[in-house]
Amino acid sequence: MTTDNGGKRPAAFEYAPAPESRAIVDIAPSYGLFIDGEFTEGAQGRVFKTVSPSTEEVLSEVTQADETDVDRAVAAARRAFGTWSALPGSERAKYLFRIARIIQERSRELAVLETLDNGKPIRETRDVDLPLVAAHFFYYAGWADKLSYAGFGPDPRPLGVAGQVIPWNFPLLMLAWKIAPALATGNTVVLKPAETTPLSALFFADVCRQAGLPKGVVNIVTGDGRTGAALVAHPDVDKVAFTGSTAVGKEIARTVAGTRKKLTLELGGKGANIVFDDAPIDQAVEGIVNGIFFNQGQVCCAGSRLLVQESIHDELLDALKRRLSTLRLGDPLDKNTDIGAINSAEQLARITDLADRGEAEGAERWTVPCELPSSGYWFAPTLFTNVTQAHTIARDEIFGPVLSVLTFRTPEEAVAKANNTPYGLSAGVWTEKGSRILAVANKLRAGVVWSNTFNKFDPTSPFGGYKESGFGREGGRHGLEAYLDV
Amino acid sequence: MSDTSEKTGNTGNAGKTGSTGNPGKTGSTGKIEKTGRTGKAGKTERLSVFKTYKLYVGGKFPRSESGRVYEVTDSQGKWLANAPLASRKDARDAVVAARKAFGAWSGATAYNRGQILYRIAEMLEGRREQFAREVADAEGLSGSEAAAVVDATIDRWVWYAGWTDKIAQVVGGGNPVAGPFFNLSTPEPTGVVAVLAPQESSFLGLVSVVAPVIATGNTAVVVASERRPLPALSLGEVLATSDLPGGVVNVLSGRTAEIAAPLAAHQDVNAIDLAGADEELAKELEIAAADNLKRVLRPRPVDYSAVPGIERMTAFLETKTVWHPTGSLGASGSSY
Repeated sequence: MTTDNGGKRPAAFEYAPAPESRAIVDIAPSYGLFIDGEFTEGAQGRVFKTVSPSTEEVLSEVTQADETDVDRAVAAARRAFGTWSALPGSERAKYLFRIARIIQERSRELAVLETLDNGKPIRETRDVDLPLVAAHFFYYAGWADKLSYAGFGPDPRPLGVAGQVIPWNFPLLMLAWKIAPALATGNTVVLKPAETTPLSALFFADVCRQAGLPKGVVNIVTGDGRTGAALVAHPDVDKVAFTGSTAVGKEIARTVAGTRKKLTLELGGKGANIVFDDAPIDQAVEGIVNGIFFNQGQVCCAGSRLLVQESIHDELLDALKRRLSTLRLGDPLDKNTDIGAINSAEQLARITDLADRGEAEGAERWTVPCELPSSGYWFAPTLFTNVTQAHTIARDEIFGPVLSVLTFRTPEEAVAKANNTPYGLSAGVWTEKGSRILAVANKLRAGVVWSNTFNKFDPTSPFGGYKESGFGREGGRHGLEAYLDV
Repeated sequence: MSDTSEKTGNTGNAGKTGSTGNPGKTGSTGKIEKTGRTGKAGKTERLSVFKTYKLYVGGKFPRSESGRVYEVTDSQGKWLANAPLASRKDARDAVVAARKAFGAWSGATAYNRGQILYRIAEMLEGRREQFAREVADAEGLSGSEAAAVVDATIDRWVWYAGWTDKIAQVVGGGNPVAGPFFNLSTPEPTGVVAVLAPQESSFLGLVSVVAPVIATGNTAVVVASERRPLPALSLGEVLATSDLPGGVVNVLSGRTAEIAAPLAAHQDVNAIDLAGADEELAKELEIAAADNLKRVLRPRPVDYSAVPGIERMTAFLETKTVWHPTGSLGASGSSY
């Protein structure tokens, strides 16, 4: 161990590079749209490039789907729906079990691919994203022939064609959260991955092919927001599921108003991570770091507001800064990397702008002293102290590695501050006192409360928000409801 | 009380229609009986006492702040009463009252909420005749039909009273996560719910959409059936004497479209039940509701005489999932 040398990175350890090989992934120079069981060209022939955020290297060219393409994909899903929904649940289950197993077999390949396209560390894609993806398919596979036990009536029916639009922060995991329950309940899907991270969804098409999934059950259309808007607005879509920003979520809610389309939304957050004076400090520090710097803070349920009891503020902040100084930022494929690249230039600009506003509004900025790579999109872990509830950085979702630190004196004040946001997705509570955990958890208006832990996910555990963080739940028995006619 | 009122016909609308007389329509439960009074001048007809129908907001009975009323008629077009024509301001006041009541009501024990809902049924049971008359007038039903509607409505309160401490066990529970964590999902009320009561079923339909909202701990701003608001306004009197805290249910009468618009757009309303909106209005309101992502229950055909199911409760419930590490008592395995 090194002693504190004024917040500078301890120089005692030099790590040798330990990159994961990218030879395991074979990325084609271009991809079409996966419609009706095969890759086809877009009607307009328009393509766009997807780049590796850590190097800005072009990885591949993908197709910009337009309304005609979306219409073709929805038609394919509609044709497939009759047969797919009529299959015995036990047969649908086996397709999903196959998919889960193939993902496990190909998990290293998919982890490297995801790290390349998204910029997040291989440690995360390998140890978090991919295991959860496989587990999610495995979990919902088992539901397919047990729906009559799920509490939605003796014979709950699927809705039809699901239009699903997912974000770039957990590309394949969000795909799993969308596709696994939809298929288990007998729906067919048209899924649009995010513009900046389309590759793992296109690889998933190949997983479907290997699993022998009937054509048209899963269709993947790539493109930007226009493609997503066309999918959401398509009259033959019965169900819309969206994960992304609250602004887009509201627009989608307006689009589907007055239609039969069932809607679930998983949107933004400004999660409060509350640390009481009796909390185990070292564990809390690990939880705070995991809460806001996991996936570079590009997590809707991130603990982006740290609420510290006033009496331990200085001690906790010292420990936190010391810990942050040991984080390793750099090549996402390096197995020792903690902090990878920001997903896009656009997102980096947004984070930079909001952090600058924090400084301009009077909060005190502290940034981990570390070198940033010369190419790619990077932002060093940053925290702000002396933050008030009126500050933009305490109100707006930054979606980056930026932590806003506020203080409180009483549990009541902590709860009031935690709930003082239009969002309500996640929260954290750190204290050794059991009754206080239960009391505070009970008062927090948030869909997920992590007590003495943070950012834990599981396919059996329902996830989703209160208030403007959206509605509906993904995961667990609750996650079935979004895809059933109930 | 009920015996007296039946004999004298001096409560509710029967009294009003009684002054002009319309026994053929009001049927047996709306039977008009004149209370004879013998004075020095001989036998005179007693003039009945009309009720001033008022809003029910925050546990009080205000008139509309706008000072407006509108004429409510029975199914034959005969005048029944002047009902308050609630304004946008009334709607906003009701939201404030509902928000103020939310903390205590959602924090009350489920057992306590169940007892209060049951108390509402008890109070209604004693006023069956009054409500039967009001429902008969409002919906053009025969006396026996209206009585059956009222009985079903009372039973619906009993049904939901029993749900308050069971719904969490049915829709919540522990989740077997793959790790050393305790993980529990619990339903919690969404918050303030705007409820557009059904236009046709003025009492059974009304209670069928209000009871599930408050059974789970939400508070409600209810817009009564536009043309048939009197049973809803009278229900306020029952709620006020049933230990239901003021503000948990707030009842407004008036033009549905006029009152619903500010409720759908209100930033402190968390959800809206569009049961009483037609297709066009429902779409407008759903668009407005998107501004703060209200939970929206779209209108659809409902047979209010059937067993309701739990959908109207789950529509206004959030699921909260709490994690905590379980720790370990050592690697030696069994603690036996």
